[in-house]
Amino acid sequence: MASTAPREYRLLGGRIPYIEGPLKVTGRAEYTDDIRRPGMLVGRLLRSPWPHARLRSIDTAAARTLPGVFGVLTGEKYPTPFGVLPITHDETAIAVDKARYTGDIIAAVAAQDELTAEAALALIRCDIEPLPEYSDPRGGLSKVTEPIHARGLNGTNIQKEVVQHFGDVDAAFARAAETVRVRATFAGVTHAFTEPLATIAESTPDGRLTVWSATQVPHYLHRSLSEVLGLSMHRIRVIKPEVGGGFGGKSDPLPHEIVCAALAIETGRPVKILTDREDVFYTNHGRHPTQNDVRIALDANGRILAYDIEALIDGGAWSSFGTVTTYYNGVLSMGPYLVPNFRYKGRRVYTNRPPSGAMRAHGGTNIRYAVEVALDQLAEKMGRDPFDLRAQNAIPPNTKTVNEFLITSTSFLKCLTAARENSGWDRKFRKLPYGRGVGVGCGFYISGSNSPIHFTPKMPQSTVHLKVDMDGGIAVHSMQADIGQGSNTLLAAIVAEVLGVDLERVHVQRVDSDVSPIDLGSYSSRVTFMMGNAARSAAEELRTVLLTAAAELVGRRPEEMEVGHERYRVRGEPTVGVSFLDALHKAMERRGALTASGSYDTTPKGGTFKGARAGTAPAYSFAAYVAQVEVDVETGEYRVEKIWAAFDCGRALNRLAVEGQIEGSIHMGLGQVMGESMNYRGARLFNPSLLEYKIPTPEQMPEVEILLVGEDDPEGPFGAKEAGEGPLIATLPAVANALYDAVGVRFTELPITPDRVVRGIDLRRKEGRAWKGS
Amino acid sequence: MSSAEPLRFRLNGHPVATPCVASRILLDLLREDLELTGTKRGCDLGTCGCCTVLLDGRPTLSCLTLARLAEGHEVTTIEGVSPPQGLSPVQQAFVDLGATQCGFCTPGFVLTATALLRDHPRPSHNEIVRAISGNLCRCTGYTKIIQAIESVAAPER
Repeated sequence: MASTAPREYRLLGGRIPYIEGPLKVTGRAEYTDDIRRPGMLVGRLLRSPWPHARLRSIDTAAARTLPGVFGVLTGEKYPTPFGVLPITHDETAIAVDKARYTGDIIAAVAAQDELTAEAALALIRCDIEPLPEYSDPRGGLSKVTEPIHARGLNGTNIQKEVVQHFGDVDAAFARAAETVRVRATFAGVTHAFTEPLATIAESTPDGRLTVWSATQVPHYLHRSLSEVLGLSMHRIRVIKPEVGGGFGGKSDPLPHEIVCAALAIETGRPVKILTDREDVFYTNHGRHPTQNDVRIALDANGRILAYDIEALIDGGAWSSFGTVTTYYNGVLSMGPYLVPNFRYKGRRVYTNRPPSGAMRAHGGTNIRYAVEVALDQLAEKMGRDPFDLRAQNAIPPNTKTVNEFLITSTSFLKCLTAARENSGWDRKFRKLPYGRGVGVGCGFYISGSNSPIHFTPKMPQSTVHLKVDMDGGIAVHSMQADIGQGSNTLLAAIVAEVLGVDLERVHVQRVDSDVSPIDLGSYSSRVTFMMGNAARSAAEELRTVLLTAAAELVGRRPEEMEVGHERYRVRGEPTVGVSFLDALHKAMERRGALTASGSYDTTPKGGTFKGARAGTAPAYSFAAYVAQVEVDVETGEYRVEKIWAAFDCGRALNRLAVEGQIEGSIHMGLGQVMGESMNYRGARLFNPSLLEYKIPTPEQMPEVEILLVGEDDPEGPFGAKEAGEGPLIATLPAVANALYDAVGVRFTELPITPDRVVRGIDLRRKEGRAWKGS
Repeated sequence: MSSAEPLRFRLNGHPVATPCVASRILLDLLREDLELTGTKRGCDLGTCGCCTVLLDGRPTLSCLTLARLAEGHEVTTIEGVSPPQGLSPVQQAFVDLGATQCGFCTPGFVLTATALLRDHPRPSHNEIVRAISGNLCRCTGYTKIIQAIESVAAPER
């Protein structure tokens, strides 16, 4: 097992169609809203129309007496604060004393049908006192008259402040040959998964509560339900049906999930809460509106001397993952480059806007955009090719960074070479006609967070159980959350690979906290790496039992046996062996159904300073993308013609899924760079629909050429690293740098909409700067 | 027509008669009353295409369609294009080529693609892109969806 030499596997490394595919293409896959329980009530939420208001009183009497209404809840009944991070519990299921954003839940009803529920909501009267609205994080940096949360730093609205300094940044800038300063600003963007938020809860007379929910983190939901409802975890059963996309938007325990459970307890009836699309936008937890200030210093040879970075992050109304976001905007800025001196000041500020949280490539996307655009400027200033400058500064394998990240495997240089050669970079860069251009952008992301969110009780990051009975079907249990990325398929394929059996024998069971051992869920690109290692370990335990039984049947020693296809045989004597089923039945003679358990845990990594664990990972992914664009210089509209995506995810275990993740990531990255924006007037969101918040359509999607260049990672399962989030990051700067090559304008305000392109071109012309003869 | 009278139409090849008030939306009728949950509710505003069904063979957003408009017409849902055993060629291609990730938009895409290929057995790349432009997918970047449709159109697959 210790060998990392590349080898071929029977299934892994191939193209493995998703195992739930047949159910999904026929409409038979069961999502939360497809589930019906007898006597099920409809739950509806009253959301605050005020960005910031003290709730003096809420009169629910009329709603309670409306025929068909079974329960009405307001905040005081379940005031225990919760939140995804144990250190920042600042949410309540229903607002208790204040509403903190338009969309905050202030009451909930359960009724016999939708119309009755809506009618009941309309009967609820709120007596409120309007409070000052904070919609600009800058306004919350100093003491404010009405802090959004009491826990804000010293009477301000600052939720989290991070200050880090490694090396000596001022000294490095003093001796720099070239420097650059970039201020990049980013509109908030949101996940826009297609399945709205949905939860069903049922409280039964045996004292148990069952919750079905569209969640990426069944275990964190389980904990939050227990904390807020005051029920022991063993009395709560969390089930995750199919989930229609998440991208981080279903990775917080969300208030409506707890409210739904509370209504089920209140009424004794099953309750379903299905949010509409507008509610999904208000619930948000998308990528933070951010302002990043980046200064970079190079020496005369082009070596990076220092980064000096500041981030101002609009958190919205809750903490959510925000403490992590604040660290990530600093610590994820450096890789894939070696940065010897680093200073960072990050502040995340509460505002009365819908909360921001974790969205695909959380914390790394915006800051890497700013850095990659800055590096492009530096290359130009120094007369260097952007690829050469990047290659020169690449982190070598097995490097400890200045902030004590351990970078083990990296094929970043191979990414650069592949993107450069396949895109025809050397004959295109600065050589295409005016209006057309190519640009490079690079990515780096964690392959799972090395530190779990919860530390008590101490337990592995992922556990997988297997059970096989005489029928020869292998049931796999794990709380890993497939939200469409294909983790069920990978889980099945790893088990089948190790045991040598056909994939169809392996049945991945629905996540159910009664029977699924804990895996912490789908966030931080951790599932392939951590669940994969756990699955491998479980399957190897089972394999040992089967090989021992097979050895007994053929009269050999277990060490002589090896795995064939549906067969265990003597190494070097392929005709001497037994079938999988014969070995299984032999092994079962004395103990009945076989079971096995495997787990994976990270080993401690990083320094000992405050915040040292943020951004540490057992491995990192790397990327180099080239985008080619064509701009209509009169209208500012542009097309991304093609993206060459060179990616290092170690060994790609399911190429179909890796390609799907990269293509989907590029789609999402293009959305953010080209047009997606949560638009606010003050604190009020005014485009909460997919009509006004436009994600890219098929017409806007460029051709994508995927170049998988990774080599086996020493710790990843079968050499794999993440491919679910990192592939997004490089998309944005590649497009921005290509636009510069096309029209000679630097864009530092996202999204880069056609009006900004036209204004940029006009400004350049006014300044008399010619570009490619125009 | 009075809403007290049952709504009569053909659903997936079979005649049905079902109670239906005038304000009932086709999506609600299908999902809630008839329990055909393969048709997905994504936005209720006609923006995402997840609720696509075929009305007399044409892709139609069931969340924007009054159920009563189906009176005397033929409605085909994802259940109606799925064979009792196995998969249709379009469905098989979606599975084989990885055109479905989270799967929530998939029934809508399968129906749109089925209608396209029935009317245009050899659509060009641009015709495919245009045909599916009313269906949003947030997972795949559409790449593998387009490939899957192209593979059905080209029999050498």
